[in-house]
Amino acid sequence: MIEARGLVQTFQTRQGKQKTEVRAVDGVDLDVAEGEVVGFLGPNGAGKTTTLRMLTTLLRPTAGTARVAGYDVVHESVQVRRSIGYVSQAGGAFSGARAGDEVVDHGMLYGLQRPVVEARGKELFEQMDLPGLWTRMPKNMSGGQKRRLDIVMGLIHEPQLVFLDEPTTGLDPQARANLWEHIRGLRDRLGVTVLLTTHYLDEADALSDRIVIIDRGRIVASDTADNLKAQVAGDLVDLELVDATLASRAAERLATLTAGRDEVEVDGRHVRARVPRAGRSLQGLLRDLDAAGIGLESIGVLRPTLDDVFLTLTGRSLRDAEAATEATGGADQGDDLQPVSAGATTGAPTTTPTTRGADR
Amino acid sequence: MTSTTTPTRASAAAGALVPGGTPSSFFRESFIVFRRQLRMNLRNPAWVIIGMLQPILYLLLFGPLLEPLIGQFGATNAYTFFVPGMLVQLGVFGAFFAGFSLIGEWREGVIEAERVTPASRTALLVGRLYRDLLQLFVQALILVGLGYALGMVASGTGIVLGVVITLLLGGACAAASNALALTTKSEDVMAPVINMVMMPVLLLSGILLPMTIGPEWLQRASDFMPIRHVVDAVRASFAGDFASSGLVWGAAWSVVMFVLAVWWGTATFRRENA
Ligand SMILES: Nc1ncnc2c1ncn2[C@@H]1O[C@H](COP(=O)(O)OP(=O)(O)O)[C@@H](O)[C@H]1O
Ligand SMILES: [Mg+2]
Repeated sequence: MIEARGLVQTFQTRQGKQKTEVRAVDGVDLDVAEGEVVGFLGPNGAGKTTTLRMLTTLLRPTAGTARVAGYDVVHESVQVRRSIGYVSQAGGAFSGARAGDEVVDHGMLYGLQRPVVEARGKELFEQMDLPGLWTRMPKNMSGGQKRRLDIVMGLIHEPQLVFLDEPTTGLDPQARANLWEHIRGLRDRLGVTVLLTTHYLDEADALSDRIVIIDRGRIVASDTADNLKAQVAGDLVDLELVDATLASRAAERLATLTAGRDEVEVDGRHVRARVPRAGRSLQGLLRDLDAAGIGLESIGVLRPTLDDVFLTLTGRSLRDAEAATEATGGADQGDDLQPVSAGATTGAPTTTPTTRGADR
Repeated sequence: MTSTTTPTRASAAAGALVPGGTPSSFFRESFIVFRRQLRMNLRNPAWVIIGMLQPILYLLLFGPLLEPLIGQFGATNAYTFFVPGMLVQLGVFGAFFAGFSLIGEWREGVIEAERVTPASRTALLVGRLYRDLLQLFVQALILVGLGYALGMVASGTGIVLGVVITLLLGGACAAASNALALTTKSEDVMAPVINMVMMPVLLLSGILLPMTIGPEWLQRASDFMPIRHVVDAVRASFAGDFASSGLVWGAAWSVVMFVLAVWWGTATFRRENA
């Protein structure tokens, strides 16, 4: 359904008198099969929107090629447009126009006849949980309703493939969960292939068959959420000791479950390491610690999250990557690496690997 | 849920589609855009009323000031002189502001949503021009009607020709304004640019007073202002002076500006686009 090779997009930006070239997308290869729901995950500024705009013919690639729904995005753009739906970050319905009018006009621009569009639009309003909102203006709708209206517009011509750019950004948790149901329904009920971008880990995890991770304009991974997590070597075991002076001895015990002593990190009373299949080896470890007379205050075992995956692949946590792009528009990653960073999604401590993953 | 017949994709292929890329599909697409724009404008009656009031106020409040001076301009009828200038002014200035609403639409993702449909990029622009031209046409009707009531003398042919030239110029300005809007994407950047363009246009086009009463150097300077030639042409047309070279030049200028501006406007709708 999508077959992109070496997509590149550079922007010229001017800061004062200085002209700089931003490589927003830097050689993206992407394949999406029919019927897939693919989550395009990356921090803000990673190049997700820019990639989508190239795939939807809105932006001509600086380099590279892409075939979407069987057509070339540059040379057969009209056919591509007929086959796809695109719901941009900004939406597409004017806030001061009636929802139904916007949907009908949008559908008619695809060459559909008014009665056909109207019937379809009303049906989609029902399916998307927008009953009775046909004549309401988007400015008088809730965030979730507005977003579902945007999706109705993207579906009005019955595309085989829809692109959803940050579909749930800015919605409250309940509206997000509700929208997730609808997005799942796109494939399950309508048989539509979906490529959605998000910078929420839980969203990518919950919705996608496959996750494609993008960072600084490059694809850094592409697999199912489970496989990606399996790539991160094991679960994080976090021992909190009663007595900090025993930390190095505890680290030795824990190291027997890992590739070596280097894998274990000591931080005050905390001793942490990634342990493959921690569930199996934990019992032995506890016995071991007990025999050595090392008392535990608490023990934590954390399944890897997508944030760990991102961290392993890029050396930064997704949260840090966001902060860096927001603050400086892409700072050097050296500053991002700190011994301990607060876990972004779990609220639990996440370790920065000190030997593994760092590319220097 | 309620739907029992989920539409299948086959139905889209089954012939509800109007084929694209033909002259009739172009007209259809631009009409869809036009209808949408018109609907949004009519929803804001204050805006419509101001548009209609403008020509009336100018004629009633500025026209009388010209009457005692008209002899000095080498003309005999103040309204035959003034209505064409007024026409051009409405055409130029009303149209210059057409782009501002486009920025609002762009911000809400409307332009992007239209650009992702297979509709012709020119149709997306031209549909918006129809709206501006319709407004200008209604204003022209009011202006001409009121002008007659106040004593303007002009032939039907002259009026039609003059209005057509004005519409071409107005279309050019509206297209340029739309292009500028999509290029700057910011009211704050666009407003000073428009002001900077409007100043010399107002001062050097002889819209309110003829350039011929000014000193030589000012007249030469105004020769470089294309819109001055358009004003001259509309005046010649209203005065029934069909043989004048000014009419030919002004008409030619308005056609050239229209073509260039529509080309520029289409390019901005197409830009960054495959
Ligand atoms: N039109 C543009 N001009 C200049 N820079 C741009 C433009 N669009 C995007 N960028 C830059 O390209 C990078 C990627 O942006 P984007 O694709 O919007 O990221 P994402 O959607 O992943 O948040 C960012 O650094 C952004 O500032
Ligand atoms: Mg984005």
